[in-house]
Amino acid sequence: MFSRLHTFIGGTHIDAAKNLTAELPIEAIPAPEKVVLPLSMHIGAPAKPLVQPGEKVYLGQKIAEAQGAVSSNIHASVSGMVVGSERRFLPNGTVAACMVIKNDGQDTLDPTITPRESGLVLPPDEIRQLLAEKGIVGMGGATFPTHVKYAPQSSGRIIDTVILNGIECEPFITADYRILIEHADEVIRGLKYFLKASLANKGIIAIEDNKPRAIELFNQLTADDPNISVVVCPEKYPQGSERHLIYAVTGRVVPERALPSAVGVIVDNVATAMQAALAVKDDLPCYERIVTVSGNAVHKPGNYRVRIGTLYSHLVEQGAQGLKNDPARIISGGPMMGFSLHSLDFPVLKGTGGLLLFDHQSELAKLPPENPCVRCGKCVDTCPMFLEPTQLFKAVKRRDWPAALAGHVGTCIECGSCAYNCPAHIPLVQYIRMGKQFILTDGFGGHNPYYKK
Amino acid sequence: MEPVKAPAPLVIISSSPYIHCGSTISAAMRDVLLSLLPALAAAVYFFGWPALSVILTCCLSAVICEALCQKLMQRPITVGDGSALLTGLLLAFCLPPELSLGLAAFGSFCAVVIGKQVFGGLGSNIFNPAHLGRAILLASFPAQMTTWTMPWNTAAAEAVTKATPYTDAVSSATPLAALRLAESAWQRGLNVDLPSLSALFWGNVGGSLGETCVPALLLGGIYLLWRGHIDWRIPAGYIGTVVVITAIYGWLREYPTWFAIYHLLSGGLIIGAFFMATDWVTSPITKKGRLIYALGLGILTALIRLRGGYVEGVCYSILIMNMVTPLIDRYVTNVPFGGGARHE
Repeated sequence: MFSRLHTFIGGTHIDAAKNLTAELPIEAIPAPEKVVLPLSMHIGAPAKPLVQPGEKVYLGQKIAEAQGAVSSNIHASVSGMVVGSERRFLPNGTVAACMVIKNDGQDTLDPTITPRESGLVLPPDEIRQLLAEKGIVGMGGATFPTHVKYAPQSSGRIIDTVILNGIECEPFITADYRILIEHADEVIRGLKYFLKASLANKGIIAIEDNKPRAIELFNQLTADDPNISVVVCPEKYPQGSERHLIYAVTGRVVPERALPSAVGVIVDNVATAMQAALAVKDDLPCYERIVTVSGNAVHKPGNYRVRIGTLYSHLVEQGAQGLKNDPARIISGGPMMGFSLHSLDFPVLKGTGGLLLFDHQSELAKLPPENPCVRCGKCVDTCPMFLEPTQLFKAVKRRDWPAALAGHVGTCIECGSCAYNCPAHIPLVQYIRMGKQFILTDGFGGHNPYYKK
Repeated sequence: MEPVKAPAPLVIISSSPYIHCGSTISAAMRDVLLSLLPALAAAVYFFGWPALSVILTCCLSAVICEALCQKLMQRPITVGDGSALLTGLLLAFCLPPELSLGLAAFGSFCAVVIGKQVFGGLGSNIFNPAHLGRAILLASFPAQMTTWTMPWNTAAAEAVTKATPYTDAVSSATPLAALRLAESAWQRGLNVDLPSLSALFWGNVGGSLGETCVPALLLGGIYLLWRGHIDWRIPAGYIGTVVVITAIYGWLREYPTWFAIYHLLSGGLIIGAFFMATDWVTSPITKKGRLIYALGLGILTALIRLRGGYVEGVCYSILIMNMVTPLIDRYVTNVPFGGGARHE
């Protein structure tokens, strides 16, 4: 029988470089002395604080409440006392109000948390309610509030497929892979809740072919469930992109500027599914996550279970056993789409999948000069959105916003394939990103929050 | 007082991505130069030391011209990227083997300075520099530029001479010129000897010094395809179009069936299709655009060869289509994944 290759057009092959941490089991690191919990670690409106400095909080207690339609609750990730609120830069360069909680070391769980016998007996409404209540957001990095995705579509469109994204196409990051291997039951349970919440009848777990152990495991675990199947995608970047995953798995094309629900699909990360399973059955809020710490500047790369709000410095000290060399490049997230930082004084957020540290010798700490474009077309050939990055960057450079818009600059998913492949080392996606911000701010530029029109 | 040096950055901040595939322009130029080595060897084998001296003159003068020009224009000197060397080599490949070295050097000057630097250097030129240099030479020194020498193997040369009884055998002794004469002979019901197809294939015929040996050029072309430096659409589309048009033309005029193959193997079609038309800077950036470009090249080349005043049309068709490239890039754009609704 003819079977379609589960992939997409364009994209690029990148050395996954995952062997540093892929086979290292998840290790929990001790909770830090204090946690810093931004009230805005999701897409949408910041949450409104419910506690004041000086108040005692339990582990898992809701400390801030979602505001508006797209927002999420925030929960204490340690038990102890709220010692202050402060404004801080987040890894993505935005500034957010943060609650600081001093850990009392007791980890006293919120007494209202009551595990259920089974989550599957709950009606869809109640599952959605729990996803909202427990602060579940997309943990692949986009941090879109999950309950909003599963809310009945205003268009009345029916969702028929839920895809779990176990692709993890960013090099170095292995957190999702470890979740697949070590928390397979929770992932499948989470998928079942998602299916119930969305009334879809088809659940698909998509895994890239560079993770044979995970594929085998999930094939076994889902063998007797007719509604759930495993789809293996060939390794290619950016297979983990929502639109490209939907195309690879179902053949459906999400229209430009529409959401996946427009084609009847919801995509969620495997880490989100695991968290959803904990929320629905065990009544636990999202207060910890798995983070990969990797790179050649730390002593012990690995996959660590950390409390949300843990500072990176604590994660590096306690998890990775400190710095081996002076880091010259610190990346929050992956090397293709992550944010580079100037210090380790940033908290782990719900969407943080990795922390990478590289020393001065590393290729990642080099900034080769930009050469003139030789119009080789490699960026055009590799762009998974079929854009023409070279034309876009030239338009942005001469501040020709109409030309950038005519070239569909807003469609760019900022995957970085163009810049990765450019022989002239032109920071193509960086120019495009800048252009998008200029257009959003009406020519004012930058996404620095202080530059408000 | 000691000047204060900026300290080396402790931590580097930039926008993602932080990794790169490792390709560079100079590495690509090295690959293209490497891919031309078989043709270079063939040129020296068939045309001897004069050819080598033309090649060396062109390469050296191209590099010197680029360096001097950049110095005069107070721009960074970038001869290290290998693009001037490549331009010089490609120019040499489309010159007659025994061209005077002064003219060869003048051609290099035109290619590098007028063809590239005056437009703003690498990446900004409109025309393929090597072909522009050749076109200037051909327009300025038509006699010298069409004085062909035969390879040392005279059997093939004699065949051409026999085929061209009415003109000076030496000045028009390329297979395409012979074919043009043969065409008029066929129309009068005569039969003529032409260089054999195998001589054409192996390159044992008169012509520009780097364009005659087909296997050497194919080897280089396949290497470039394998390395991903060129898009198969351009050589395939170009050669395919020429073959189809010449085949139809030959069939309509009841020429021998190998007429199209003859066109395929002779002149600068192979080197033009693989090495000149595929020049990054002067060809379109989208796949669709490249197909249209290749189609245009094929039609123009066939038109010039079959109906034009010149017997060879590769150089001019590439220069003409170079001019069309910006137009193609403007109007032949990709539709984004997921539709293409215009943004407001």
